[in-house]
Amino acid sequence: MNYKNYLRWNKLPHIWCPGCGHGIVLGAFLRAVAQRELNKDDVAVVSGIGCSSRAAGYVDFNTLHTAHGRAIPFATGIKLSRPDMKVIVLTGDGDATAIGGNHFIHAARRNLDLTVIVFNNNIYGMTSGQFSPMTPHINFATTAPHGNFDYPFDLVELAKGAGATYVARGAAAYPRQLEKAIGQGLDHEGFSVIEAMSQCPTYYGRKNKMGTAEQMLKWQKENATVSSNPGEKIPLGVFVQVERPEYTKLTGQFIDSVSGGK
Amino acid sequence: MAKQLVQGNEACVEAAIAAGVSFFAGYPITPSTEIAEKMAEKLPAKGKVFIQMEDEIASMAAIIGASLTGAKSMTATSGPGFSLMQENIGYAAMTEVPVVVVNVQRGGPSTGTPTLPSQGDMMQARWGTHGDHPVIALAPSSVQETYDLTFEAFNLSEKYMVPVVLLMDEIVGHMREGIELYKPEKIIDRRKPVQSPEEYLPYQTDDSLIPALAPFGQGYRYHVTGLIHDETGFPSNSPKVIEGLVERINKKIDKHADEIITYNSFDVDDADVVLLAYGSPVRSARQVQQAARQEGLKVGLVQMITVWPFPHKVLSQLYRQTEATFIVPELSLGQLADELSKSVPREKILRVNRNDGSLITPAQLDAVVREAVR
Amino acid sequence: MSGRFQVEIDPAYCKACRLCIQVCPKKVLAQRADGKAIVENPDDCIGCQLCEWHCPDFAITIKGEKKNG
Repeated sequence: MNYKNYLRWNKLPHIWCPGCGHGIVLGAFLRAVAQRELNKDDVAVVSGIGCSSRAAGYVDFNTLHTAHGRAIPFATGIKLSRPDMKVIVLTGDGDATAIGGNHFIHAARRNLDLTVIVFNNNIYGMTSGQFSPMTPHINFATTAPHGNFDYPFDLVELAKGAGATYVARGAAAYPRQLEKAIGQGLDHEGFSVIEAMSQCPTYYGRKNKMGTAEQMLKWQKENATVSSNPGEKIPLGVFVQVERPEYTKLTGQFIDSVSGGK
Repeated sequence: MAKQLVQGNEACVEAAIAAGVSFFAGYPITPSTEIAEKMAEKLPAKGKVFIQMEDEIASMAAIIGASLTGAKSMTATSGPGFSLMQENIGYAAMTEVPVVVVNVQRGGPSTGTPTLPSQGDMMQARWGTHGDHPVIALAPSSVQETYDLTFEAFNLSEKYMVPVVLLMDEIVGHMREGIELYKPEKIIDRRKPVQSPEEYLPYQTDDSLIPALAPFGQGYRYHVTGLIHDETGFPSNSPKVIEGLVERINKKIDKHADEIITYNSFDVDDADVVLLAYGSPVRSARQVQQAARQEGLKVGLVQMITVWPFPHKVLSQLYRQTEATFIVPELSLGQLADELSKSVPREKILRVNRNDGSLITPAQLDAVVREAVR
Repeated sequence: MSGRFQVEIDPAYCKACRLCIQVCPKKVLAQRADGKAIVENPDDCIGCQLCEWHCPDFAITIKGEKKNG
């Protein structure tokens, strides 16, 4: 199926600003879904709150736009009740790592089969530009007018440390690589995290004098790399891909052993 | 049927299982922990899911997610956890996803008195989450009632597509009594959509004002959001839609209040004094009321089973009929008495409050009753 | 003569961000007066789809024989 058939066209154009990377990430996600010919009825897309989380409304699946930071526990309930469904979480850097940080690490620890795509624009866009746990040190935001002295999370390291069994990073500037990273995440059985670098020209870009969307994309292209020798650049690629018993499988086996397969 | 000696929290679990609960998510907290423990023991053996989440926020989120797939879902907690659940109780009320939330009340505020009873969460059960929202809350005063009302909580949540709070307290939760673990006569399951997936509008309702939400993954693809939404489920900022939705989700309960509200009344018709109570204080109240009647004192008792929606109609009618003095024993500084004052004049309400972690004793209540009938 | 690939841009969805213009290696695209993208040199399109993949608004479709899926 053409990936564009997974969109709810009557809900477009979307709310994202001109040049926002979120649409690029969403497109990469839908192409990965299309390649796997996932049946719309068998997919649940769960999101939290923020710019990225509006994505759930634009895709033609069973969609759940939840509370800030809570997409993963909502998705946990769906997945455990319907292990046969593909459950995908679309979230942002603030949603997933600040208010939802606790849920994120625990779902990773359980190795629950969710595909979590973190749209990382390094800022809270929906509330107009406050710093997030993934805003780089000494970058600017409306709540960091003198520079952000917090140090950010490295999402890849965070996911890895918490026990995620598939961890990748992609970028809007490398849509083909991003699509592949998401696709492998969809194929992986277990907790899969894909950080998707996304540009926010309206807030993050403006606050940090990064120029237009075009310039931000160019910055991404130049400062992130798919090379295995990234040097000082932000590495893109798959960083973790390991097998560990998946949570719904474990739950199922446990239920069978306790109930005698009743 | 032979009676069995069962703890209140265990009775809740037994009833939930008999009602068909298939998903429980929770987090340990005194004095509700036995519910999670028993669920962990019993659900897997029935082929059902128990999960211990990372906190109460996640527990509440998980049961809503599970319920959206059609699973009867439940969590259990106490005051501090109930505070954390408020966010997603609001979400369930807004998105009309049925769930049962058990709150075995302990003393507050904050961590308060974990092992002692309280009724300090009555208002939180009604207004704990922000915005005008519907909720149903039921309160047992015994282990048998805990068993009965746990069924009722599931039935009401499935029927009205609303979160239902089972407002227990530490006494009821930890007490052991002989009860009948009967099979429920009537199990209500949420309505299924009558339209085809193509014609389906998740939040379109008939005169009942209750939507028929299709379980996720059964061919009805739709959108669920905590934002104000129209019949399609998608967000809207239209003043008409905002007003329409907020009114409907509240009217959905108000309109059916007479069917929802249950209470027991004892000797109230000619009463000079009416005791009004719910939960564990009912036990002392009933004893005092019966003793007073034996002495010929015109004392009655109304035991509220449904705490929310509040039985204002019943109580204001009773007041008009009897002009009785209302005595309100409660384990809080007056949450019940204050609510009652909307339907009974303040000067006709005598408050018997206790917030030291002890029960209201029959002797304490008896003294107030005698003063009132004098 | 038309090329092997057709670039279709739906102006109803284009938000004039210029990303497609920037990423096109063959300068197929340009900006019209209102800022939205137009196809200026259709015959030069090599079907790489970079514009489509970089369009945040699902406004571009490349038709014709495709190199990639």
